[in-house]
Amino acid sequence: MSPASVPVPRTVLDASDISRALTRIAHEILERNRGADPVVLLGIPTRGVGLATRISERIAAVEGQSVPTGSLDVTMYRDDIGLKPARALEHTDIPPGGIDGKVVVLVDDVLFSGRTIRAALDAIGDIGRPKAVQLAVLVDRGHRELPIRADYVGKNLPTSLVERVTVHLTEYDGADAVLIADKTPLASEQPRVRTNDSSDARDGVRF
Amino acid sequence: MRHLLSAGDLSRDEANLILDTAEEMRSLADRPIKKLPALRGRTVVNLFFEDSTRTRISFEAAAKRLSADVINFSAKGSSVSKGESLKDTALTLQAMGADGVVCRHGSSGAPHLLATSGWMTGSVVNAGDGTHEHPTQALLDAFTMRRHLGSLDGRRITIVGDVLHSRVARSNVLLLATLGAEVTVVAPPTLLPVDMSGWPCATSYDLDATLPKSDAVMMLRVQRERMGEAFFPSAREYTRRYGLDVHRMAQLPDEAIVLHPGPMNRGMEISAEVADSTRSVIVEQVTNGVAIRMAVLYLLLSGSNETSEESQA
Repeated sequence: MSPASVPVPRTVLDASDISRALTRIAHEILERNRGADPVVLLGIPTRGVGLATRISERIAAVEGQSVPTGSLDVTMYRDDIGLKPARALEHTDIPPGGIDGKVVVLVDDVLFSGRTIRAALDAIGDIGRPKAVQLAVLVDRGHRELPIRADYVGKNLPTSLVERVTVHLTEYDGADAVLIADKTPLASEQPRVRTNDSSDARDGVRF
Repeated sequence: MRHLLSAGDLSRDEANLILDTAEEMRSLADRPIKKLPALRGRTVVNLFFEDSTRTRISFEAAAKRLSADVINFSAKGSSVSKGESLKDTALTLQAMGADGVVCRHGSSGAPHLLATSGWMTGSVVNAGDGTHEHPTQALLDAFTMRRHLGSLDGRRITIVGDVLHSRVARSNVLLLATLGAEVTVVAPPTLLPVDMSGWPCATSYDLDATLPKSDAVMMLRVQRERMGEAFFPSAREYTRRYGLDVHRMAQLPDEAIVLHPGPMNRGMEISAEVADSTRSVIVEQVTNGVAIRMAVLYLLLSGSNETSEESQA
């Protein structure tokens, strides 16, 4: 991409917006599930894990009780696994108590096509049988391709398909922000392949 | 990367990617459902021209846990015993649509020939060829050492025994050097290759002098089936000078571990007490082997063929 065509990103949520949204989500999770007892938080790497940790801290501050928090890698359950080069795996960490009979709250940064969440539901099925699965996302940008919706949403962000939404978190990027930018499609990219930035960041060394 | 033929082909990043992936694969063993969907619909052929128990079942378990279809082919009882050539076997596999071929062969270079001849389009994994290489064994050894010792950078690793006939030794020396370890091979002069100048390691004939400076020691099997002539006067003399017994093990630093690629000749290169001691990680090596082979099959076979050919450059 030539320097002239680099789009200037616009901040749609700043650090305090993100903080307030996560506090609200933490309260909503407690309200919906009548406390923290049945809840297990599973973040989807990379940034979903950071968000799950933050929600877990907020729940602990409100309830005085910590909820089991882990991470769930969905790479091998994706429906495009055979269409792209092999990807590096992320860490899966299921809390010691397991997920059987629990309410699993999946946490991800951006909800877009819904395909990541479908993959996550399949991954959960191989790990155990939770009582219920709920979904918390920081940003819902629309354009679903599957019948999936979020239970807890930080911000609904209407976007067009050519835009790209990027979530930055202090743990990974040095600052908290949600950015939106017009994306100029790269010549090498097929027009059909849509990405949100978070999944690009998961690619490691390519084989 | 499309094939895994030699441990020397791996860059440090690629080797670490395989080891990190194996770390995730290993956690699968603790789950109730030991199955991942990554290779659904892919076919893996285990093409074994030479006897093997642990490598074949390890590859079979790895492929099955990734949901691939597995076809086992062993030379005994196949058309090979009727005189079929490697080329015709490869053409048969190609016609059957093999996505991955795990090849063990008594001749060095056979997997390389399968991969580069154009007879078939699938990915080839070298599961041991003659006295050349056995890259997945080296990867699982490095993985096991990394789990016990942390990073292998600067670690001192000693490989003892029949280096001349050992594909395990060659692959390990190449991989461990890539990962930054300091490798010393110890063997009687008759069991070292004539020219070791191309090997990124030190050599020694004296096991007792090397053991106190070792973070891990790997005992190699004395391969009687590859020895047409006498390489040492007697088994007893070999054991006295190069066998690992409890007295020799006591010279190792406190955290040092003992590895053996198996199958062991108990009482020959390793005593039964050492093999069953708490320092021995020999059983763990087998468990780790499945995780490593899952990682290799996943990284070679899960992606699309077109794009992986591009990234081969």
